[in-house]
Amino acid sequence: MTTAPVLQRREFLKTAAVGSAALIVGFHLPSSAFADSSLDSSEDQEKKPVNPFNAWVRITPDNQVTLILGKSEMGQGIMTALPMILAEELSLDWTKVKIDQAPTDPTIYDHGTGGSGSIAGSWLPLRQAGAAAREMLITAAAQRWNVLRETCKAQDGGVLHGARKQFFTYGELATDAAKLPVPDLHTVPLKSSADFTIVGRDQVRVEARRKTTGAAKYGIDARPANLQYAVIARCPVFGGKAAKFDATKAKAVPGVRDVIAIDAVALGAFTTGGVVVIADNSWAAMQGRRALAITWDEGPHATESSAALHQQFVDHASKPGKVVRNEGDANSVLAAAPKKIEAVYELPFAAHACMEPMNCTVHIRPDGAEAWIPTQAPQWAQDVIAQISKLPPESVKVHTTLMGGGFGRRYQADFVVEAAQVAKATGKPVMVLWTREDDMQHDFYRPASYHRLQGAVDAQGNLAAWKHFQTSTSIAAVWEKNGLEKPEQSEFGTAAFIPYRTPNYRVEYTLAQSGVPRAWWRSVEHSSGGFVVESFVDELAHAAGADPVAFRLKLLGDPRVIPDFGSTESRPLNTARLQGVLKLAAEKAAWGTPLPQGVARGIATYYSFESYTAAVAEVSVKNGQVNVQRIVYAVDCGRPINPDGVVAQVESAAIYGLSALLHDAITINKGRVEQSNFNDYAMPRINETPKIEVHVVRSTEDPTGIGEPGLPVIAPAVCNAIFALTGKRLRRLPIAAADLA
Amino acid sequence: MAITFTLNGKPQTVDVSPDMPLLWVLRDTLNMTGTKFGCGMALCGACTVHINGEATRSCITMVSSVAGKNITTIEGLSLDGTHPVQEAWVAEDVPQCGYCQSGQIMSAVALLAKKSNPTDADIDEAMSGNICRCGTYQRIRKAIHRAATAGPAKTNSAA
Repeated sequence: MTTAPVLQRREFLKTAAVGSAALIVGFHLPSSAFADSSLDSSEDQEKKPVNPFNAWVRITPDNQVTLILGKSEMGQGIMTALPMILAEELSLDWTKVKIDQAPTDPTIYDHGTGGSGSIAGSWLPLRQAGAAAREMLITAAAQRWNVLRETCKAQDGGVLHGARKQFFTYGELATDAAKLPVPDLHTVPLKSSADFTIVGRDQVRVEARRKTTGAAKYGIDARPANLQYAVIARCPVFGGKAAKFDATKAKAVPGVRDVIAIDAVALGAFTTGGVVVIADNSWAAMQGRRALAITWDEGPHATESSAALHQQFVDHASKPGKVVRNEGDANSVLAAAPKKIEAVYELPFAAHACMEPMNCTVHIRPDGAEAWIPTQAPQWAQDVIAQISKLPPESVKVHTTLMGGGFGRRYQADFVVEAAQVAKATGKPVMVLWTREDDMQHDFYRPASYHRLQGAVDAQGNLAAWKHFQTSTSIAAVWEKNGLEKPEQSEFGTAAFIPYRTPNYRVEYTLAQSGVPRAWWRSVEHSSGGFVVESFVDELAHAAGADPVAFRLKLLGDPRVIPDFGSTESRPLNTARLQGVLKLAAEKAAWGTPLPQGVARGIATYYSFESYTAAVAEVSVKNGQVNVQRIVYAVDCGRPINPDGVVAQVESAAIYGLSALLHDAITINKGRVEQSNFNDYAMPRINETPKIEVHVVRSTEDPTGIGEPGLPVIAPAVCNAIFALTGKRLRRLPIAAADLA
Repeated sequence: MAITFTLNGKPQTVDVSPDMPLLWVLRDTLNMTGTKFGCGMALCGACTVHINGEATRSCITMVSSVAGKNITTIEGLSLDGTHPVQEAWVAEDVPQCGYCQSGQIMSAVALLAKKSNPTDADIDEAMSGNICRCGTYQRIRKAIHRAATAGPAKTNSAA
């Protein structure tokens, strides 16, 4: 019923394709561009026998091997991990390969990068592609030697003929090999994992060095000749627009070249439109924007506030919601339970706050367009530029740049639409640059949500009933074709499928109305689901007088496999693997052993993006300040491709989760975001960083995601530790000093 | 207005508005994009450069104020990217998205110039002005300790 986030995001792209005509507001474009383009080619990728020498591997006669990356690098290390898979099947010298970003070609690549799905989705296709290339190279060598191909094998970046001890480098073979028929990808022999020498070993990320010298090029660093810089004044109230403006003073700012207006667009991507100041440099554009005189038409959401949204949540929670799941009779069991636990949790909107503010550089000529975009969705970006420029998508060349953070924000194409509109108007290369304030106040936020949990534990310590009512500003309500009928589909994820056994289980949902844009934020619904479920399980454990680890292990019960957990298309949940990380984290953190005075532990475990995580937090509290001293993780994401890369992603998710736990709230007043920069939307700094230990299970299962799964366990592990230390149960994020008093 | 300063060891003259922050002079006028824009208010440290050896936020530093001064950016930190801090950053695989790392490295180099063997508390104090949204702080700390034990830098400027 509830689809996994990766599917939602892919599904959304299909939705955008179908629904774009209906979504266009005040901007008239043909709807055919979306409908004609294949935005989701993941199925094609498996079916079509793409020649690997066209798609994935380039080998020049001088034996330089270049591996092609079909996903976007935003810090998650995919530029290293995916080529490692190809290099493994090809038995290459990893230190000698080069890596190139793939061209934007939806017939070959599924470029969309999100949902922690790149490794899981690419593992088999890339092994098959690498193996096919290897087999073609072997065949080319055998033909040249005129020997049986079974007497030849790939080794050290070439093909060796065993008996004669003859060796061809791949460079000597590639031209011939590329002309051979492509083997059936489903039967091509894959390398035995016992022979792996690259996959499963720590590799420093391939672009590490240029990220230490200033040489790494992000979207914001694009400098095509004659580039102009633009900033946009957008209505501070969501849904508002410029009623009129006077650009006289702005145009008088030295360096300002022009001021134009752009309309709001809903090409699947939603923009606000606004007044654009175009200048010779970013600073002049910003100064010009300050000099604009604009009268805003604030639109229908001008009175929205976080206080009113909270009241809406409270009102909704006083009534039954739409029944999302119902097994047994939770209502009756809860009503009759001698000891019922009830708790309310609340989370605010949260901003992504990528370090590189949104930006996009586009040059639209009459005969074609070129764009430099830090994007998680290059094909979508290409399509919106095609629509706005009225060019065919294949005439739009997209350079997918490095990204200064993505976290879901850069799956959007709003900033691409804006740049294309400005480029269309000027005919010159132009970068639309967002300031930090723009980025903070015009994000697509993690939804605000409110959860009422009820549970009962019987005399034997079993979970007698569980009821979860949620109301939130749904993502699906904005993005899914059927989102208004099924707004709940984006809001629970695996929180609607808890792995803890209970005969009486009920989940309800009510949509809360809001004009605030929202979408996918790192770990999406699991950032709230993990906090709520794993905090409430802890509440039940304490109510039952049970140890939180033992209680969870008991409720997980005998190892079992739960199909359709979270999604009908995801791998089944294996409770043994969840118990495995739970036990491993507890063991590594020495759960149950004494700590210094004033320090306590809390634990949480969670399944998301098909990966299993557990974390133990060690926490102290002083003068209303929470000090997270240490976090011990255990993660099972199947076979780790680059184990140190897995560790890095979990360390990163820990800090991102701590940020939401300790600091981050986007609040709304008079229809606008109250925060503007890192002073009022703070994030952890080095002095707040705990010691983080990550224990990676050396699984041989197929690899699954790790960019996001480290996040959901952080808030509950810390809050459970705070409860163990202080007896205070924190159910609102971010942590408020008042709640600790 | 023509303003002259020393940039990575070489004289540099720019003709720009005197109130333009050094950050934008570097990035947009000189196309030296290694120094990053993060906040524009000296809150995140992504724009950190050295001015006469001091770690300075270039986003709030008017270019007129650096006339005659000695500026080092990430591009000028070493001849070939092998400054001990850069080497330590690679060895610890510090960068993730990497966007903040120019600023992190410039802050770390300035710290090590003053305290060749900093404590964790020294690192907290010197580095807490630099935000990393990817949360690479633990590796930054390790890399600074690693660099502290490495040899002196090959440099092409008077940083």
